[in-house]
Amino acid sequence: MVAERYKTAFTLYPYEKVSAQDAAPVRHPVVIVGGGPVGLALALDLGQKGTPALVLDDHEGAGLGSKAICFAKRTLDIAHRLGAGVPMVDKGVVWNVGRVFHGERQLFEFDLLPEDGHRNPAFINLQQPYFEQYLVQAIRAAQAEGAPIEIRGRNSAVGIDVHEDYATLDVETPDGPYQIEADYLIACDGARSPIRTMMGLDFDGRVFEDNFLIADVRMKADFPTERWFWFEPPFKDSGQSALLHKQPDDVWRIDFQLGWDIDRDAEMQEDRIRRRVDAMLSSQTGTVPEYELVWTSIYTFQCRRMKEFRHGPVFFAGDSAHQVSPFGARGANSGVQDADNLAWKLDAVLKGRAPKSLLDSYHTERAYGADENILNSSRATDFMTPKNTVSRLFRDAVLGLAKQHSFARPLVNSGRLSVPCVYDGFPHFGPDALDGPYATRPGAACPDAPLGSEYMLDRLGSDFSILALGGDAPHHDRINVVHIRDPEPTVRRRFLGDHTRAIYLIRPDQHIVARWPDFDASAVEAALLKTLGQ
Amino acid sequence: MLTLDPNIPDPDGFYDDLLKAHEGLNEAESMALNARLILVLANQIGDRDILRAALAAARQ
Repeated sequence: MVAERYKTAFTLYPYEKVSAQDAAPVRHPVVIVGGGPVGLALALDLGQKGTPALVLDDHEGAGLGSKAICFAKRTLDIAHRLGAGVPMVDKGVVWNVGRVFHGERQLFEFDLLPEDGHRNPAFINLQQPYFEQYLVQAIRAAQAEGAPIEIRGRNSAVGIDVHEDYATLDVETPDGPYQIEADYLIACDGARSPIRTMMGLDFDGRVFEDNFLIADVRMKADFPTERWFWFEPPFKDSGQSALLHKQPDDVWRIDFQLGWDIDRDAEMQEDRIRRRVDAMLSSQTGTVPEYELVWTSIYTFQCRRMKEFRHGPVFFAGDSAHQVSPFGARGANSGVQDADNLAWKLDAVLKGRAPKSLLDSYHTERAYGADENILNSSRATDFMTPKNTVSRLFRDAVLGLAKQHSFARPLVNSGRLSVPCVYDGFPHFGPDALDGPYATRPGAACPDAPLGSEYMLDRLGSDFSILALGGDAPHHDRINVVHIRDPEPTVRRRFLGDHTRAIYLIRPDQHIVARWPDFDASAVEAALLKTLGQ
Repeated sequence: MLTLDPNIPDPDGFYDDLLKAHEGLNEAESMALNARLILVLANQIGDRDILRAALAAARQ
């Protein structure tokens, strides 16, 4: 039998017996273990490119509880490319303003001031089960169009045998065990990754000695759609910091930092949680509004990653490969970027368009991304939980100065919100022959921009693109050419700077490979071969 | 003029460097480090009016 580890919010992929369970092991090009945001995004990306992807999940749908709630623009851009972005943004709560308090005092407020000319907002708040549901809906739509994606619910990976160029999985189902072979096996099976454990691999990094209580409450309240964060909150028993943030369906995320030495069972008792929530809500409104506790959880966290994200035919993506503190929304967001990075590389290798060695760049690039996320989230955590007298002294000095003096505000750190890393100087990028704007240098994720009634990222699509701005349309017999004869001001500002024309080569994950002032077919060909690892 | 607007590039990196400088020190050693650091920075600033304004800002 397959044990139920948690309750599901929605059933998305009910168990159905397949004939393969009674047959000799079948070899699949790509098997993905785990149907969370990372595994689903990867399967969808591969399937839309025509590369078969089989997802195994030990449950039948999205786990209960809001979990990841904050999805960044880059993730929404990826989801939109995959055909799942619109319902996310429609359902999600868009927010821009944050307030930071120290005790009773508001220190300052910030506005993310989103730039114009992007399809997607800087951030939305959306409960993770919805994120997964919309990805599965997009998978169902892709399947109807013939995309070779299969999801098998209640298929639990219980054993793995790793060979030089394939892996064999032992799978447990309600109808008993069977085996599957995979040319490539992608472990998207979460922070406690059973695949990682079965392979005897571990993590390097720091465990933070702190406990956070999450209480998601449903209530009708007039709080604005803002992120409110308290250092040393004034309400009773609220711990060292607290957070209030709105989600869809009238649900509010409340977080309390409880410290290290706590009695978990006692803290999880409903009356105790309610006393904390009552104190917080009444401190803002003077009364305790009617509310329902939707989900509660106590978590501790680590900032750490695996040394290698690739072990032969087995790849680790998302929380199975790296973990961060939740401050900054760098968990699910970075996992979706892992999927985005890996999908086109697997596809190119399986179709014979790139050598197998291209797959090594998945680790180099995404481990760099993970290190950046770990650094940012460790710094936020160190600020929120000073680890010795002198760190507390400086932390309190910063908070003490921040209300009156703006110079201290950039030092206040309650989480630096997720932005994609730039692969500066990585081997599969370059050259930068344009001397153009810094934000669109090779290695960067291509920013969005308006093109009449459309958006730039939609035109680029999911394969290699040549973006030609100004000048004449270049011709290329294999690559999608997006030519914009008269770029509008936003496009000029983001991609041209002082130039009147430019050529950009962009990867299928919409990272910029190289750029030039003019089209030169042999230079583009050389950059393309380099980025494919040939 | 004393600058009280943000003026440090990569503020998180600076803050990290500041705390790292204190790693492994006890409280008396940390206080001594802070004192030396203030004197080094004050010498860099040099201007007495700015230094007086900075002292006043810190005392508030």
